[in-house]
Amino acid sequence: MTLKELWHKLGSPRWFYHMSTPWVTGFGIAAALLLCTGIVWGLGFAPQDYQQGNSVRIMYVHVPAAMVAQSVYIGMGVAGFVLFVWRMKLADVAIAACLPFGMMLTALALFSGGVWGRPTWGTWWDWDGRTVSTLVMLFLYIGIYALREAIPDVELRGRASALVAVVGTINIPIIKYSVEWWHTLHQPASFTLTAKPTMPPEMYLPLLVMVLGIYCFAGHNILSRMRLEIVRRERGTQWVRELVLPARAAG
Amino acid sequence: MNFIGLFLREWRVLLRNRATVINPMAFMFLAVMLFAVGSPLQDSDQAAYGAAVLWLIVLLTNMLSLDSLFRRDYDNGVLEQVLSAANMPFFVVLIRIVVQWLGTGLLITLLAPLLCLFLGLPSQAIGSTMLALLLGTPTLSLLGAVGAAMTVGFSRGGILLGLLVLPLFLPVLIFGASAINASLTGAGSPAPLYWLGFISMLALTVGPFAATLGLKISLQMQ
Repeated sequence: MTLKELWHKLGSPRWFYHMSTPWVTGFGIAAALLLCTGIVWGLGFAPQDYQQGNSVRIMYVHVPAAMVAQSVYIGMGVAGFVLFVWRMKLADVAIAACLPFGMMLTALALFSGGVWGRPTWGTWWDWDGRTVSTLVMLFLYIGIYALREAIPDVELRGRASALVAVVGTINIPIIKYSVEWWHTLHQPASFTLTAKPTMPPEMYLPLLVMVLGIYCFAGHNILSRMRLEIVRRERGTQWVRELVLPARAAG
Repeated sequence: MNFIGLFLREWRVLLRNRATVINPMAFMFLAVMLFAVGSPLQDSDQAAYGAAVLWLIVLLTNMLSLDSLFRRDYDNGVLEQVLSAANMPFFVVLIRIVVQWLGTGLLITLLAPLLCLFLGLPSQAIGSTMLALLLGTPTLSLLGAVGAAMTVGFSRGGILLGLLVLPLFLPVLIFGASAINASLTGAGSPAPLYWLGFISMLALTVGPFAATLGLKISLQMQ
């Protein structure tokens, strides 16, 4: 199948529903394996940090959550662009699926960052550059969510949230770099986190496994939400009726 | 398309609805007064917070003004007429935003010496404050218009407008405040001003275009 055919087929929710079945299972199994391996490896076997001790293990949750939360936001922006340019219904379903998951991961990143910050920086919260840019991302998620809640019409809701997601995504680099620039001006003295490249492979590898695991979990979760949303929207159609109630449809 | 005619029409509408200009300005000075009275700081310490408070109040004032940017014309149907009659709706929206900026951003820039006085900023900061406001406030109007266009269909869109646009204003707050602070410490670097100008240019390419699309969505909501 060429890329162009795939593009056209993505316009059909029914085709997507059936195509995504093995992907959901695959992502689910991969996520379970990778997350179990990564958690046991990271929390049990990876070495302690010479300065932070055991609290460095929070990294194995915090860093993947923050990374994937950002990717999900950018993915939402891309879906918004697709919805605007090609009016693809599936893109709105993707936005609706990315929103709650991305919001949850961003909140997890902020929370685990606070828990990590307490023993290492000596504070739960600091107006540090990356903390602020993550918090702004949470507010961007909340804004789009609130806008979607306010619009009853399904099609307009999709286009409105797509527009806001695209404008927000264009602004993400500016917000990120302005905040980091501001942070370097006001570097807090308590900032003791050692630089990343000094990390040995015994710490780096479990982190990599966790990042991949959370990406697979994101794929599983977002696809599942999309499939549920497709069934909900297409509930009047014949194929969904056959899917949900095969016996009645046949009889 | 008759740009001058469009501009004059918007300008006349602005002059005849003076409340849309005067009320936000009154709010701005009221907020400045409340901060000055409520802060326990002496005059010399106030300057340290002055830049941040000034920009915060400017953001909020602009947000209040944005709520009425499209509302009247949306309610009485003029907006629909104008957008469907124009062969370049983008310019109609752009001109509307420019006129809104004249009534808020430019006016705030001209009133900046007074704001500096009330917030305890020294006179050497006035020049860079005005320059920062001149370069930074267009972003607030241009990006804020997107939020205003999206929320014009709701009868109470004010809080949602804030939720949508305030996170996008963060870079303006950062560079605006650091431009003023740089002049306070004497380490006068023009970099924050360049950044403000750059962000405004980017907002000029994105804002009116996205606001036009947003208005089209809002008009279908009616």
